[in-house]
Amino acid sequence: MKKIVIIGNGIAGITAARHIRKFSNHHIQVISAETEYFFSRTALMYVYMGHMNWKHLLPYENDFWQKNDINLIHDYVTHVNPTDKVLSLQENESIEYDDLIIASGSKPNKFGWPGQDLKGVRGLYSKQDLESLEYYAPNNKVCKKAVIVGGGLIGIELAEMLRSRDIPVTMLVRETNFWNNVLPDEEASMLNNHIREHHIDLKLERNLDSIIDDGNGKVKSVKVKETGEIIDCDYVGLTPGVSPNVAFLKESGLKINRGIVVNKYLETNYDHVYAIGDCAEQKEPKGNRPPVEAVWYTGRMMGEVVAQTICDNKTAYNPGNWFNSAKFLDIEYQTYGWVFNQPKEEHADFYWKHPNENICIHIHYEKTSRKFTGINTFGLRLRHEVMDQWLNEERSVDYVIDHFSSANFDPEFYIDHTKNIQQSFQQQKNKVAV
Amino acid sequence: MSIDRNLSLTGEAPRALNNEQKGATALGMLGIIIMLLATFNVELQPKWLFLILSLSAIAGGIIWFSKASYAGLSKGIKNDGAFLKPMTSRGVVAYATGIGLTGFYIILYFFPELIGLNENGANTGLISLFDPLSQFLANRPASEWFVYGTLYTVAILFFGIKFMWKYRHNRYQKLRTFSVSFFQLGFAFIIPELMARLNSENFSLPYYDLKNIWPLNYYNFDKYRVDSMIEAGDIGIGLLLFGVASIFIITPILTFRYGKRWYCSWVCGCGGLAETAGDPYRHLSDKSTKAWKIERWLIHVVVVFVTLMTTAVIYSYLGTDTSQYWLTKSSFLLGVAGILTLVFAWVMLFKRDRIQKDAQYGAIGFFVFIIGLISLHFSSGSDQLFLFPAGDLQKAYGFLIGSIFSGVVGTGFYPILGNRVWCRFGCPMAAILGFQQKLFSRFRITTNGGQCISCGNCSTYCEMGIDVRAYAQKGQNIVRSSCVGCGVCSAVCPRGVLKLENDKVKGRINPKDVLLGNDVNLMEYVNSKIKSF
Repeated sequence: MKKIVIIGNGIAGITAARHIRKFSNHHIQVISAETEYFFSRTALMYVYMGHMNWKHLLPYENDFWQKNDINLIHDYVTHVNPTDKVLSLQENESIEYDDLIIASGSKPNKFGWPGQDLKGVRGLYSKQDLESLEYYAPNNKVCKKAVIVGGGLIGIELAEMLRSRDIPVTMLVRETNFWNNVLPDEEASMLNNHIREHHIDLKLERNLDSIIDDGNGKVKSVKVKETGEIIDCDYVGLTPGVSPNVAFLKESGLKINRGIVVNKYLETNYDHVYAIGDCAEQKEPKGNRPPVEAVWYTGRMMGEVVAQTICDNKTAYNPGNWFNSAKFLDIEYQTYGWVFNQPKEEHADFYWKHPNENICIHIHYEKTSRKFTGINTFGLRLRHEVMDQWLNEERSVDYVIDHFSSANFDPEFYIDHTKNIQQSFQQQKNKVAV
Repeated sequence: MSIDRNLSLTGEAPRALNNEQKGATALGMLGIIIMLLATFNVELQPKWLFLILSLSAIAGGIIWFSKASYAGLSKGIKNDGAFLKPMTSRGVVAYATGIGLTGFYIILYFFPELIGLNENGANTGLISLFDPLSQFLANRPASEWFVYGTLYTVAILFFGIKFMWKYRHNRYQKLRTFSVSFFQLGFAFIIPELMARLNSENFSLPYYDLKNIWPLNYYNFDKYRVDSMIEAGDIGIGLLLFGVASIFIITPILTFRYGKRWYCSWVCGCGGLAETAGDPYRHLSDKSTKAWKIERWLIHVVVVFVTLMTTAVIYSYLGTDTSQYWLTKSSFLLGVAGILTLVFAWVMLFKRDRIQKDAQYGAIGFFVFIIGLISLHFSSGSDQLFLFPAGDLQKAYGFLIGSIFSGVVGTGFYPILGNRVWCRFGCPMAAILGFQQKLFSRFRITTNGGQCISCGNCSTYCEMGIDVRAYAQKGQNIVRSSCVGCGVCSAVCPRGVLKLENDKVKGRINPKDVLLGNDVNLMEYVNSKIKSF
């Protein structure tokens, strides 16, 4: 029986703990400074919007942990000493371990803007961020205006949240279109329109210059870099992405680049120390995957994998086909394989959009072999299993279009757009042929 | 540092009704005030005009409220503020509404004279306000049940419109709501009233809502009803046979093909009200393990009770002489015992793996049953079940289950306990359909591979209190006896993870922790080593 200590009770750390418990009777301790119990970070927005209460964010009932002999410690790790295999905590006595799993997650990016640490300036990542939002922007009387800096997945969530309480929102987005660094122009501009339909003041190609103090250490306004415009506001949401939360490891001797550097077995430069989830940086990332993957699913996969290794079945992190999903206000988005904002060299694309609705698909494929390499869908659900299979079998784009309805995962009675998609694909093909 | 506390102090914007919603509420209240005035015997003449005014005000109020809530907003999920608005998060106004509804049910069931029912003589008060409509449809004065039926139908139709407006992006939701509205208006309301019109001195059919199936209408095979149906000749016998076929033939076939949703959220009136008027309260259902345990005990006790009781009631009026009629006391008891034994044996032999630990409870239920039948047999003429006369048992059932549970608690407590309390904890029909859904049906909710982010919208908005997320985050399909197939989990999922489907029985349950995305070998390893967690 080993003593396993896990830093972080997010999806990566908790998945690791659960799977280790499945396979072993190791002693398991999970340390978190953020919350006592594991919660779904992905659902923070729904608490503010009143779709859920805090308790609905907890996927396991509170007695689950004791029942499964997973010991939770609500504390902050101040120092890790991998040589002596010991951790120092802020409140409690230090803890020794046989195996250490670091799953400390991310923190919101801040790029050294003047005023970035003022009151009322926050990201949206932690429970504390949500509490701060609730304090500084409870309604449109206390918060007459909010500015969001950064147009990614968290930025749009924050905008939706604030709009649910009728708080006027301005979004400063660096790109030419919303999330254009990831999405192709077509989808990105469709989202521009949808965002504006929701009465969000979307300012494209605008960067933050500085955040201005009201004299009491709280935000008064922001200054836009390109125009010098001053926007008065009571809350600033900083959402230009996240980066690994590893500051507490500075003196630990662990090798850190952007994140904690790990090999494919999720091992760090010290024996018996592993890093998983958002805070890990792959030495040799697989395929098109970035070295740091701050995604729910990858955190979960790494948790499963590290549990195997710890339970004497050494396993490499070898994620399958890329997939992801999100929701932009009312528009659902799924992606399988790789679709980039521009087709890669030797790749072509096929785009179809419904004439009136916010429904579209975007496929990337290899020009010569016609191999299907990835798909984005908006307002249309696809079956993960089928897409995964087609990607594994290296199906052609023609096959995918021919069999498109068998991948459909929309609720029953939804209109199937396959025919229109196929027609449009044929037209494009004919055009190319001519 | 609690977010819940913070929310209760602040967040005024989503709490407040906008001006149009306030106006709409006032209009609806006006309709109710007219009814209250009628209840207190304020002279409102002509009655038909005031009835139309009252019902129109209620209907108009609901439609206006829906417009004020959803028109002009882009299509999509509209749950903003569900836990912030007092009306939908157990605020004072929700309790007041609950008390009002409960009071209405108590008066309706136990003190109908308070709303104007007079044993001898014409109706007065509220019931008399509905006389013109009843005369028009059935050519007879209204009863308290006619008043209730009218209000019930108005609620389903107009809150149904509200629901369709809310889910206008979702064709499953729209069709399903259209269906329950249709069955309520046609089958529960208009057809039985027209049937009553056919009744004369030498021809009489009992009130029969054709979509109401035993054991939901536990009284269906009572002596007076059976007698009356038999006396009515072919039509009556047809109805009687239809009643028997409904539960033994039609229900199993449809449930096999579509799951119990074909009834619970497409046809049933109780479900219809829950899905329309009750929709704003769906998130209040209790998701704890404790509630789940109570649910399983309660609903199965009810189903055992109703079956025994019905057997006893039918037994009590059957004869003993085989030369007069083939169905006698003894052959009936043997028949019931035979059917139940067959079902029990089939489950134990072929479906044992699906019920696991529950097998022993099933066995207990079965033996209670058989002992009940034996006790009936030896009560020798007094028709007693466990020392209680059959008639008394039915009265007790009617009072406790039929009135208190399904009405007073089931609907009266919508704003407090959620909208499917009756369906989840009490309905014996749901229990029987659920039993079949779990063991013998093509229906399942498919989980979409690894896309679940454990956000919990599905579990929160499950009116039956199923922890959908617990399955979805493991990549498991959801096959639960209590699922009524409303499809809201699938609708509220932000990642497109859930889909209600009828598909092959094979592969319906995938008890493995499927993929969550790492390479296949690992998953094989997991599955070979682990049964469940």
